[in-house]
Amino acid sequence: MTAIVELDHATLRIGGRNVLADVSFDIAPGEFIGVLGPNGAGKTTLMRAILGLLPPSAGSLRVFGRTPQSGDPAIGYLPQLRTVLPDLRIRGLDFIGASLYGERWGMPSLTRKDRSSIEETLDAVGARELARRPLSEMSGGERQRLLLAQALMGMPKLLLLDEPLISLDHRHQEVVIDVVKTVCRERGITVLFSAHELNQLLGAIDRVLYLGNGQAVLGTVEEVVTAPVLSRLYGTEIEVLRASGHIFVLSRGRDVERHDHTHDHGHGHEHHH
Amino acid sequence: MSSATITPMTMVTATSIITDMFQYEFMNNAFAAAGIVAVVSGVVGFFLVMRGQTFAGHALSHIGFAGATGAGLIGLAPLWGLVGFTLAAGVVMGMLSDRISNRDVAIGVVLALALGFGLLFLHYYTSFATQATALLFGNVFAVDHTMIMTLGLLGAITLAALAAIMRPLIFATLQPELAEAKGVPLRFVSTAFLAIVALAVSECAQIVGVLMVFTLMVGPAAASQRVTSGLWNGLILSAGLALGEAWFGIVIAYHTDWPVSFCIAVLSALGYFVCLAACSLRTNANGPAEAGPQHNHSH
Repeated sequence: MTAIVELDHATLRIGGRNVLADVSFDIAPGEFIGVLGPNGAGKTTLMRAILGLLPPSAGSLRVFGRTPQSGDPAIGYLPQLRTVLPDLRIRGLDFIGASLYGERWGMPSLTRKDRSSIEETLDAVGARELARRPLSEMSGGERQRLLLAQALMGMPKLLLLDEPLISLDHRHQEVVIDVVKTVCRERGITVLFSAHELNQLLGAIDRVLYLGNGQAVLGTVEEVVTAPVLSRLYGTEIEVLRASGHIFVLSRGRDVERHDHTHDHGHGHEHHH
Repeated sequence: MSSATITPMTMVTATSIITDMFQYEFMNNAFAAAGIVAVVSGVVGFFLVMRGQTFAGHALSHIGFAGATGAGLIGLAPLWGLVGFTLAAGVVMGMLSDRISNRDVAIGVVLALALGFGLLFLHYYTSFATQATALLFGNVFAVDHTMIMTLGLLGAITLAALAAIMRPLIFATLQPELAEAKGVPLRFVSTAFLAIVALAVSECAQIVGVLMVFTLMVGPAAASQRVTSGLWNGLILSAGLALGEAWFGIVIAYHTDWPVSFCIAVLSALGYFVCLAACSLRTNANGPAEAGPQHNHSH
């Protein structure tokens, strides 16, 4: 079967810096891939390249067997930099409606069919009531489900989720992972799901794509999350400990993941101690 | 409060008051011009507020002041100076940034510079100074037939251009990252939008003056977005509020001899604060929204 995403000695450059250099891997249809790695390792850059927004400077990148073009409706995307206007009272239905054919000129208009397909998709992520609720009254978890529903509109074959767990508490993080896993299994969607913590994803992902130091390693958790591989990707000596179903990635005795993103996750975690 | 004292009186002698007003051509003209401008301002302002670009709208009106006085200096109608300068400034501002970002400092510097030029032009064309007040604070009772036709044409162009880019504009406003991924040309959309704002500002300045375009472009739109959550409801309410405030402002001005722009400004502020109060009342009534984002009270 042909790969959904295929990198062949690809190099991705931003501002004169090689974010990923000479990287090769194939992602098969229907796979759920956890994308991990330290900040700045190229998770977002890789997704933008798959979207066709950043052509590789060397090598080749193929999506669905062809050169990616921006605006491909077969790719659902949930960006990391989410500009959410906190004061906006626009309701969920119109929020998603605005992204439907949002690239076409003219006035927005939703047919009855569009409305019902928005409601069906919201239903699929367990958030039907968000269609009528204003954005400004939604919690972080509800917004995330709204954005997830939006990414699923139009029956995409590939879903790129860039840090969908950021600023959510643990309970909502698990809900998001669960919803993505269920819906994508059902519909046979290939998923790239980037995250800071591996442990939450262990029950959902088929393989892990670890980025770091300009390199990328794709494989099962057992193959990739090992001291030699991660030491290479982090550029420093890494220890990997497995205990009671959890994996701890340590650098000189400190948890790399946790240390890495206290900044991003701070809010969510503090609550649950 | 003016509305409280006027309403009973209006009920009693409503017919005579209304027929009285329409005996005068300048009143008919004022209603027609204010009506056109209010609808355009309410609709364009809705997107201006949604995009958080009200300051840019304010700056455009000040730049328009320089344009209008400059046009006076070389013997052109102020309106064309307004249109020319705001349009050019809007396009430049749009091309400088392809997404909504904090450019307040740059805009502020340009705004002050524009006002400075406006002053310079006035300085060299002193007989024009009497018109300066009209430019700054508006003079809707001085509108003639030609102006109404011009405003109608400009208004139609403004709304048609907005309708043409409306869908990608909303998408790019709500989710610029996703819109870019879906192939929306962000820079073009934001430039085209600022050009549309420039046209609306030029029209609005004819009625309420460059210093007070907020009264019709921001007040009604912001009020509407406090109480509606549907796109079309919001647009219609915004345009309706602007229209009501402009017309009622003219009625009050006619009966009190207060400046029209003052009356419209009071109504605009009143409308905004009433909607603000309605919004917070409703939120309190619903109890502390379960929405209360968990991550907002971590410390």
